[in-house]
Amino acid sequence: MDKGRRKFLKVAGAAAILLGSKPAVNAIASGGEEEHSTAKKRDVRYAMVIDTRICLQHEDCHDCENACHFNHNVPKIDGKKEEIKWIWRDKYENVFTDQQHDYTIERLKGKPFVTLCNHCDDPPCVRVCPTQATYQLDNGIVTMDMHRCIGCRFCMAACPYGSRSFNWSDPRPNIEKQNPDYPTRTRGVVEKCNFCVERVTIGKKPHCELACKHGAIVTGDLTKKDSAIRKLLAENQVIRRKPTLGTNPEVYYII
Amino acid sequence: MYDSGKVITGIVAFILFVSFPFWHNVAFGLPEGAPDLPRVEGQAHCVADLEFMKANHMDLLNTWRDEVVREGDRIYTSPIDGTKYHKSLTNECLGCHKSNEEFCQKCHDYAGVEVYCWDCHLAERRGK
Repeated sequence: MDKGRRKFLKVAGAAAILLGSKPAVNAIASGGEEEHSTAKKRDVRYAMVIDTRICLQHEDCHDCENACHFNHNVPKIDGKKEEIKWIWRDKYENVFTDQQHDYTIERLKGKPFVTLCNHCDDPPCVRVCPTQATYQLDNGIVTMDMHRCIGCRFCMAACPYGSRSFNWSDPRPNIEKQNPDYPTRTRGVVEKCNFCVERVTIGKKPHCELACKHGAIVTGDLTKKDSAIRKLLAENQVIRRKPTLGTNPEVYYII
Repeated sequence: MYDSGKVITGIVAFILFVSFPFWHNVAFGLPEGAPDLPRVEGQAHCVADLEFMKANHMDLLNTWRDEVVREGDRIYTSPIDGTKYHKSLTNECLGCHKSNEEFCQKCHDYAGVEVYCWDCHLAERRGK
């Protein structure tokens, strides 16, 4: 009897260890076979490539910013504290903070680079939003439901790219010319680039891409192997903003 | 009970005060000046039945809002005759109800219900 119980416990213990280690064994076994991917699996994945080589040839051009801000009724407010921006330009060292060193080549040093919401694959702003006003669509676009935003600004604290702006006052007096095809915002909500979700979902290109007469901005679906954006990514070395933070930004820069 | 006269008078006064809106309406009728909303010319009906719209337009608009913003579903099919409409305040509703001041605001002022749609949605339609 005593022996029987001992034997039973031994067998049970061994079985538990074997079963418990199954997930670990599976993970090790399949690890080498799968293609390494940092992004989530999606049927559609919109992304953007900015060819800064073209962009830097036209330093005075603000067409993308103007088109975006006009079409989305983004107010023009001077001053760092209250300004509202969806797409803007900042100098190389500020945009690519993790590329900083004392010997940056002259071609890039202090030069303006276009930047906007990166529509991260793992967006921290979505994670912190307490009302799900900021959310991610299946196609990867990070967008906002302004009706739900309570202006807590958690997302602004969470976003490592400064892509979000808060409406400290009624934006309407600061909108030069209103575009009736898009609403304005109201006092007390956060806003940011929405990848022209209102256009992209009906098959149109974003305003910034259309406005760029030099063709420096290309958007497209990363899951389509023959898309223009995949071709650019296949042929050029690109960098992203702060990739080490693990947010998986989906705006790529050809330098 | 001590001071029953004062207590009972107090209770009656309190009840009268709290129920003021009810007995005031019973005694004096509804306030004058119920808004006469502008009729829409040249349209047989609204996107849904008139009585439904009077009672439930806020629910319909909220549904439209969620469907457009969350699901990208921008087209509404009328239950009356299957006509398709854009789910858009500025570019669909205002197409018939020309002015939000004349249409929405008048009735909302009368009913004492704040309407904040137009804080963001523009009251000026796109030029045809």
